[in-house]
Amino acid sequence: MYDGGKIITGLIIFLAIVTFPFYSNIGKANVKPAPDLDTPAIQELEVKKCIEPTGFMRANHMKLLKQWMDDLQEFDKDTYRASDCKVYDSSYDTCMECHVSQKNFCDRCHTYAAVKPYCWECHELD
Amino acid sequence: MEMFVSFCIVVLLAVIAFAGVELVNLQFLFGVIIPYAAFAVFVVGFINRVIQWGRSPVPFHIPTTCGQQKSLPWIRDSKLDNPSGTLGVIGRMALEVFFFRSLFRNLKTGLQNGELKYTGTKWLWLGGLIFHYSFFIVLLRHLRFFTNPVPSFVGYLDILDGYFKSGSPNLLITGWVLLGAVIYLFLRRAFIPGVRYISLTADYFPLFLIMGVALSGIVMRYYIKVDIVSVKELTMGLVTFSPVVPQGIGSIFFIHLFLICILFAYFPFSKLMHMGGVFLSPTRNLPNNSRMRRHINPWNYDVKVHTYEEYEEEFRDKMKSVGLPVEKE
Repeated sequence: MYDGGKIITGLIIFLAIVTFPFYSNIGKANVKPAPDLDTPAIQELEVKKCIEPTGFMRANHMKLLKQWMDDLQEFDKDTYRASDCKVYDSSYDTCMECHVSQKNFCDRCHTYAAVKPYCWECHELD
Repeated sequence: MEMFVSFCIVVLLAVIAFAGVELVNLQFLFGVIIPYAAFAVFVVGFINRVIQWGRSPVPFHIPTTCGQQKSLPWIRDSKLDNPSGTLGVIGRMALEVFFFRSLFRNLKTGLQNGELKYTGTKWLWLGGLIFHYSFFIVLLRHLRFFTNPVPSFVGYLDILDGYFKSGSPNLLITGWVLLGAVIYLFLRRAFIPGVRYISLTADYFPLFLIMGVALSGIVMRYYIKVDIVSVKELTMGLVTFSPVVPQGIGSIFFIHLFLICILFAYFPFSKLMHMGGVFLSPTRNLPNNSRMRRHINPWNYDVKVHTYEEYEEEFRDKMKSVGLPVEKE
């Protein structure tokens, strides 16, 4: 090989960069976060479900909350009719009635996925 | 035709991933086996390609000279555009890699008022630069799926990228800019007749593929949402070699992932190898020192030469006897 030293050095740098996710995780277990669902309000529920199905909430809660915010700010609308026709106050407090703690519920997944929503720039931390 | 074929292939790939997950339930194939295979093909193929290049000799000393060569001390030489040493070459390569300097020098030849004019055209340079940097940032942002805890610089990147704080999920600028830039690069190819004439399937296909990757990513982030925690569980499973496929991840994720796998697997066999190739361009990485140092073609065979000294040594007596002058008595 011509200029072998330089080329091999370059390739080692390339390898070090592309395999970073692998070696930086050596010895770490893949632990999924568990948001705390053991709160008094949830214990009291007969059917343990959120205002929409779990799958929908996991993927879409941020859109729902944004919609609530826009509804309130733009249309002065403060209720939300869920897909099962139940009507809820579209408020941060509705969430926190059951989920109680930002730290033990919201943050667990947000930290795992490195998401920093700006909810708590206005709403109070617990 | 080339354009149409490339477009159809990318659509077909997306359909394959969609059908494979929706109809045949091949989540493990698309979520684990193909990503591993694609990554292996990428790494091995990349290294193999670079080593092949490394084994090819550079017969001639061919740096492009874009400025005054180093000559007499009182003539100012252009250290970056016509480097005479290693330091200059490093500077020139850095400008090339980080700022695409040779594209910046792009000229357009044309007639203006009946006169031949060369004017700079920066659009390709600008589009290319924006495309590469936004792709790079998007790639770095994706580290949040492959590290736990996520390094803090990824968080800062998100803050910068989400500067507008618009919407929820927060609008990230680079994703959209990437899509816009790749569409611009495609339109340029499609509508400038000269560029279109020299465009092949190998040019259109990567553009459509990257368009597909960016579009599926954007759709997944803002519109058809998926459970991001399950997605990270899958990706972390891949990098910790304990693969899991959580239930209930939407098909859009598998489409996105499959297109990326195709991109990675295709990489070493395509023009995308300019990522490695830019470092091995003899027109850029050689110093222009051919008047100071002799460049020897590596494939020159040994030429038997008979120097004058040897000649005189051999024939000295005979030369002296017929009265020819000799250098050594």
